[in-house]
Amino acid sequence: MWADLAREALSLTLEHLFLVSVSVLLAALIAIPAAISLARHERLRRPIVGIVNILQTIPSLALFGFLIPLPVLGGIGKRTAIIALVLYALLPILRNTLVGITGIDAAVRESAVAMGMTPMQILREVELPLAAPSIFAGLRVATVTTIGTAAIAAAIGAGGLGVFIFRGIASVDNAQILAGAVPAALMAIAADEGFSWIERKLSPP
Amino acid sequence: MAAVVEFRQVSYTPPGQAREVLRNLSLTLESGETVVLLGRSGSGKTTALKLVNGLLFPTSGNVLVEGKSTREWNPVALKRRIGYVIQEAGLFPHFTVSRNIALPPRLNGWAPEKIQARTVEMLRTVGLEDYADRYPRQLSGGQRQRAGVARALAAEPALLLLDEPFGALDPVTRLALQREFLKLKKTAFFVTHDIREALQLGARVALLHQGDLAVVADPASFQQSQHPEARAFLEVLQSVG
Repeated sequence: MWADLAREALSLTLEHLFLVSVSVLLAALIAIPAAISLARHERLRRPIVGIVNILQTIPSLALFGFLIPLPVLGGIGKRTAIIALVLYALLPILRNTLVGITGIDAAVRESAVAMGMTPMQILREVELPLAAPSIFAGLRVATVTTIGTAAIAAAIGAGGLGVFIFRGIASVDNAQILAGAVPAALMAIAADEGFSWIERKLSPP
Repeated sequence: MAAVVEFRQVSYTPPGQAREVLRNLSLTLESGETVVLLGRSGSGKTTALKLVNGLLFPTSGNVLVEGKSTREWNPVALKRRIGYVIQEAGLFPHFTVSRNIALPPRLNGWAPEKIQARTVEMLRTVGLEDYADRYPRQLSGGQRQRAGVARALAAEPALLLLDEPFGALDPVTRLALQREFLKLKKTAFFVTHDIREALQLGARVALLHQGDLAVVADPASFQQSQHPEARAFLEVLQSVG
C-alpha cells in the first residue's frame, strides 16, 4: 500500500511540476515582451497593468469554473488549468520586468543613447541585464504561487498533487492530504531558493 | 581653421511648452578649442549641448557638426563620433571599468586587439590602471568621473561634450581633474555654472542667460565685461577672493 502511494506521489509530483513549468514558461513568454514594450509606451502602462491586476483578484476556483464552459479554451483537464495558471502568473512577471526596466538610472540610459547604442543594443546590453534580478524575482513569485494554485487545478481534472489533497479531504484522510501538501511545499521552497540564487548571481556587485 | 560645431540662429522649445529654452543662438567651436558654456540653472546650457549630439533637435535654426546639419547626420553615427560626459558619469553599473571604457570603441567596430590596447592606454591616462576589473559602485566619485572621461575619449572622438563633469566632486579632486583636462587639449564644449572653472578651462567663455547668449569672450576680456549677468558671475569670484 505504501509502495502504491509512493508511486502515485511520484507521478502526481511530476504532473504538478509539468503544470507549473509550462504555465510559468508561457506566462514569461507573454509577460516579458509585453513589459518591454510597455516600458516604451507609458500611456498603455496603467490600463494594461490594471487589467492584469484584476485577473489576479479573481479567486482561482472561480476562474477555473468560468473557463470550463468556454469553447476552445475551456473544458475539463490540463489545458484549461494551464490557461488559468498562466493568467495568474502574468502579473508578478509583468510588474517586475516593468519595474526593472523603468527603474534603470536615467544617467545610464542617457549615456547609452549618447554613445550611439541602437535601441536593440540598449535592450540587450543595458536594459535586460540590469533588469534581470528583478525579472527573476518576478519569476520566483510567479512560480511559488503557481505551485500553490496548481493544487486547486485538480478540481477541474488537471491532475497534480491536488488530487491527493481533494481525495484526502473527501475521505477525511490526513495521510493523503499530507502526501499532496508536503511535496508541493518542498517544491515551492526549492523554487524560491533556486530563483533567489539566480537573482543574487545576476545582481552586479 | 574650420568650425567643428556651428550653431546657426538656433532656438529650442521643449515639446508641449510655450517658452523657448534657447533663443537665436549663434556660436562656433573651432578645432582644438574648448568653449565653456557658463550659466545658471535653466539658462539653456545643457540644452545647447544636447543639440550638438542629436539628443535634441532645434525648433528653428541649424546645428552643424563638421559642416553637416545634425538633422542630416545618421543619428547613431553622429553620437558615435562624439564623446559625452555627464555629471553622474552614467557608467554602466553591470560593466567593469575596463568594459565601460571599451564600449565606445566596440560600438565603432574596432578590432578586439585595438580595443584592448586602447582600454589599457585610457586606464593609464586617467590613472585607473589598478581599477580595471572593479565595478563603478566600487569606485570613489572622483574615480568614476575619471572613468567617465576615459570612456568618452576612448573612441578618439573628434569632439567632446562635457556637462558639469566635475560638479559633484570635492574641490581637491576637482582641481586635479581640471588640470588633467587642460592637458588633453581636446575640441570640446564644457558646461558649468562655476565661473572659476569656466575661466580656467575655456579658450572662450559663452555666457547664457535665460536662453540668450549674453557674452562670448576669451577669459581676459570676459572679466572686463559690463554685461549685468557677467558682472553677477564675476562678483561671485570676488567674494570668494
